[in-house]
Amino acid sequence: MSDTIAHLKRGEQATIVSFNEEQVPLKLLEMGCLPGNVVMMMESAPFQDPIYLNINGTYLAIRRETAQQIIVKRHG
Amino acid sequence: MGKSINVSLIGNPNTGKTSLFNRLTGLNQKVGNYPGITVEKKEGICKLDRSLKAHILDLPGTYSLNTSSLDESVVVETLLNKNSKDYPDVAVVVSDIENLKRNLLLFTQIKDLEIPTILVINMADRMQRKAISLDIELMEQELNTRVVLVSARKNIGVDDLKKAISEYKNLKSVPCVNASTIDPEYFETLRKAYPKQSIYKLWLVITQDVNFGKIDRNRDLEDLKSSSFAVKSESDLKKMQHKETVVRYQFINSLLTKVLNVDKSQAKDLRTRLDRVLLHKVWGYLIFFVILLLIFQAIYDWSTYPMDWIDTFFAKASSWAQTSLPEGPFTDLISEGIIPGLGGIVIFIPQIAFLFLFIAILEESGYMSRVVFLMDHIMKKFGLSGKSVVPLVSGTACAIPAVMATRNIEDWKERLITILVVPFTTCSARLPVYLIIIALVIPEQEVWWIFNMQGLTLMLLYMLGFGAAIFSAWVLNKILPIKRKAFFVMEMPAYKLPMLKNVGITVLEKTKSFVLGAGKIIMAISVILWLLASHGIGEQFTNAEEIVKEQYASQNLSEEELTNKIASQQLEHSFIGYIGKGIEPAVRPLGYDWKIGIAIVSSFAAREVFVGTLATIYSVGSDEEETIKNRMRAEVNPILGGPLFNFASGISLLLFYAFAMQCMSTLAIVKRETNSWKWPAIQFTAMTVIAYFAALAAYQILK
Repeated sequence: MSDTIAHLKRGEQATIVSFNEEQVPLKLLEMGCLPGNVVMMMESAPFQDPIYLNINGTYLAIRRETAQQIIVKRHG
Repeated sequence: MGKSINVSLIGNPNTGKTSLFNRLTGLNQKVGNYPGITVEKKEGICKLDRSLKAHILDLPGTYSLNTSSLDESVVVETLLNKNSKDYPDVAVVVSDIENLKRNLLLFTQIKDLEIPTILVINMADRMQRKAISLDIELMEQELNTRVVLVSARKNIGVDDLKKAISEYKNLKSVPCVNASTIDPEYFETLRKAYPKQSIYKLWLVITQDVNFGKIDRNRDLEDLKSSSFAVKSESDLKKMQHKETVVRYQFINSLLTKVLNVDKSQAKDLRTRLDRVLLHKVWGYLIFFVILLLIFQAIYDWSTYPMDWIDTFFAKASSWAQTSLPEGPFTDLISEGIIPGLGGIVIFIPQIAFLFLFIAILEESGYMSRVVFLMDHIMKKFGLSGKSVVPLVSGTACAIPAVMATRNIEDWKERLITILVVPFTTCSARLPVYLIIIALVIPEQEVWWIFNMQGLTLMLLYMLGFGAAIFSAWVLNKILPIKRKAFFVMEMPAYKLPMLKNVGITVLEKTKSFVLGAGKIIMAISVILWLLASHGIGEQFTNAEEIVKEQYASQNLSEEELTNKIASQQLEHSFIGYIGKGIEPAVRPLGYDWKIGIAIVSSFAAREVFVGTLATIYSVGSDEEETIKNRMRAEVNPILGGPLFNFASGISLLLFYAFAMQCMSTLAIVKRETNSWKWPAIQFTAMTVIAYFAALAAYQILK
């Protein structure tokens, strides 16, 4: 199992590797959620849903089910 | 008169686009709707120089031209339709310095439409603090455009922008990203088929419906959709859009490495620290709760002062009209129909103004997105999202501002559901009715030491209202056949100090739109209800005075008692009285008589009228609560005997008022916000049916 955004802990950074194009809305891509960009977990609401991220300099919140679709590589 | 040009302001949400619009136009603006839809259309006039005026259109905020909501489709429609009267001579793309990378995505798309475009970089006053430097000259060269640094907040650079707009003829309309690289073959055939059109425009028309449902509008390229170019499957088109986004970001990244320099070591911001607290799993909710209490207090309590003044003022105006104008039906119409009708509109202004004052502050400061974040998980279960929380809570004060507050919800289905269920929440107009009936039928008894039966009942009614709203949202989400975007992506904007000017304009606009929009309908219905209550046919009505005098001749009544008896006799035999008697068979199974029937019918003007109407029918003459209560307690059920207001009929009435849609002002505002009579009609019918059967069941079980 590879890591997804939903696995990140608060303050942790990772690089986006890939995602399922059908499941991830275009809007998220427009906000800078593209392979190669850096994502940082800011906060999460109770039940880890929604999740508050900084992707490529943009601060945004997405639901857990979307976060689980985005595969990342944690920064060691 | 000088020349006038069309200017469209376009930009991502939270870039300060509206602040800039307010700077450019001041109060010289008007807010309406785009024809046929409920998207707000803001336009204004700005004088550029002596001979040139700009007609400025503030388009809804959007992240790109790939539409996924009604708001965004308005932007695309405006930019695609050259024949539209709003088609811009100049597009001003507003970006903010801290999110330049993302903002430029939209800019490149608009530039590719070959519209003369100016790039505005807002919040330039933050550059120094954030240690950002930018090579404007190089940027202008690379993007083939004018770049203007402004700070709408500090009013810096606005004159430079005006100057840049007035020189719009010098702008080059050449594309900056070659989108056709994503599939050269496909784009080449497209170009050959429509040699005169901008290639990117063709691409937008083809892909417009992929992410968002089809909207029918006149368009000069309508044939394109049915042509062979649309053969690509939806998922192919989607993949191409993904590719396009990647290509655009590559362009932007290479541009920004050349022109932008950020010293990250200095960027330590307020955001992280504030979010630690405001989004905390305990403190976050507690703070939100306190803020809600404050808002609630303002709408519920503080607004009673201005509301009392308004009430007194209109009562005085009414009696002044009655005494100073010549007697006759026309004076009655003014003093008893029109003036109270006007009063019924103006009375809501303090509550609406307070609610929007708070909402505008929460919105402007960036806190609103945090509320949405905190509440989303809970609301998701009922088919709503965090954005429905504020309307639902405001509904406990008054449904009218609450329905207006749903404008913040982008998704149409979610917004519609919220509008439809908001009137279930216990609004302040239900309170007088609840209080008097609870006092009559619920024993004043302590339970579990500290609680009071009557207080508990009231609390249960509040919970019932909220539960009904949430439950019907869940049902509506299942049954309404409207497609919705199934995802949730929300920007978390930076915290900012709210700007007084923006807050003021919002409050002013919302209040105005209520008075002008719903006001007309409220006015009309008040006059009709007055006509029905003050007119009647037959001897019983026209000779009410003699009949009453004769009837009570032996009893030696005082002047005041006599007047009250006459009013009561007239109301009984007025049209509304006949309606009350007409519906008696329908309300008898609920435990009511025709008098309560009248009170219910007149309550459709506004619920709080219930008490006043009963006062008139029982000829009590004053709104003094104790008097009415005693009179109601003495009322006897004409068929079964025993008190009319007993436990069973009392609970039945409480349930009826909890569920029924008895507020024409809310219906009027729902009509306005949904742009059709269909939804208020459905809402009215469904709620009244639910109310009827709930009351019926309660009475039949308890009696």
